[in-house]
Amino acid sequence: MTPLPVSIAAAVASFLLLLVVFELIRSRRLRERYALLWLLTGAVLLALSVWRDGLNTIAGWFGVETYPPAILGAVGALFILIVLLHYSTVISRLSDQNTILAQRLALLEQQLREGVTEQ
Amino acid sequence: MAELAAVPAPPRDAVLAQLGELKRIAIVPALNEEGSVGRVIDEIHAFDPGFDIVVVDDGSTDRTAGIAADRGAHVLRLPFNLGIGGAVQTGYRFAFERGYDVAVQVDGDGQHDAAQLPTILEPVLTGQADLCVGSRFAHGSGYQSSFMRRLGIKVFAMVVSAVVGQKVTDTTSGFRAVNRKGIALFAADYPHDYPEVEATVMSVKHKLRLHEVPVEMRERASGASSITALRSVYYMTKVLLAIFVGLFRRYAVPPEEGHHR
Repeated sequence: MTPLPVSIAAAVASFLLLLVVFELIRSRRLRERYALLWLLTGAVLLALSVWRDGLNTIAGWFGVETYPPAILGAVGALFILIVLLHYSTVISRLSDQNTILAQRLALLEQQLREGVTEQ
Repeated sequence: MAELAAVPAPPRDAVLAQLGELKRIAIVPALNEEGSVGRVIDEIHAFDPGFDIVVVDDGSTDRTAGIAADRGAHVLRLPFNLGIGGAVQTGYRFAFERGYDVAVQVDGDGQHDAAQLPTILEPVLTGQADLCVGSRFAHGSGYQSSFMRRLGIKVFAMVVSAVVGQKVTDTTSGFRAVNRKGIALFAADYPHDYPEVEATVMSVKHKLRLHEVPVEMRERASGASSITALRSVYYMTKVLLAIFVGLFRRYAVPPEEGHHR
């Protein structure tokens, strides 16, 4: 069984994560689109820390008999991987768009300089 | 607050008289709508040639922009797809910077009937509303849609009505008219993907007066809806989250001439 202090600490930490994400959305420093994964992370971790029997059962599935909270760490790591992968796709898209913007700007500047009016 | 009885459409001539010398513009977001954008422009001009039209081409790969330009519309070509929210806001920024008094929003896919512009314009022109939305469901007329979409529309209608304290039946309608105040607000701040729901809430929070009027819409003339079943679930979650968080924000009453972020 998970030691109670571990459960409490994990619950508090995931609750804080949820709170911080919420405040970041509220103050418009984080878009909802990018917040959903973080909220899911916080919610799953919170659920696993509070639902101690569930954590035990899940640990049993994976043959983790000695220290069930290891599952908390594993789930946390998994979500961090997903978030990072998601960000990699976001960065790739942004960098593609950045290229397009730079090219469009160069074309526009050339048109302005040379006074081209035709499309 | 508007009662959503089947009010007869105001006569076209009366609305045209009220439009008078007002600077007016139709914002037409379009993504690959070469089959319908020309007709949309023609229909708006058939209602009132005094309307300037700005087509916001949200990264089309077909002839949308060329067709629109040939019909005398202003065309804003976005360098890549911004999504409907970013596209529509581009139109409002144009309207704001060029000093337009009234703006209507008409989808480039042809589902909105420009002959019904008097209906959505009237409450704005008579000063009863800052924002007037044409609703498909206000008196249950024959628009059919996929199950997921109808469900989403129902849920949003309930949530939004509760949040704004006013009955709203169609939160996803992109057929709307706004005055200068509304133009200023939307130019400064407009939600991102699937934006109409949030825009409705946001307007009321900013103390804009919202009216809903019944209109009929057509089946999409061409193109395919950008909302699929799986995406609707994602969007519903996202938009509900946005509305929920929005409850904890403070909103300023926009001045007549708002500032850009």
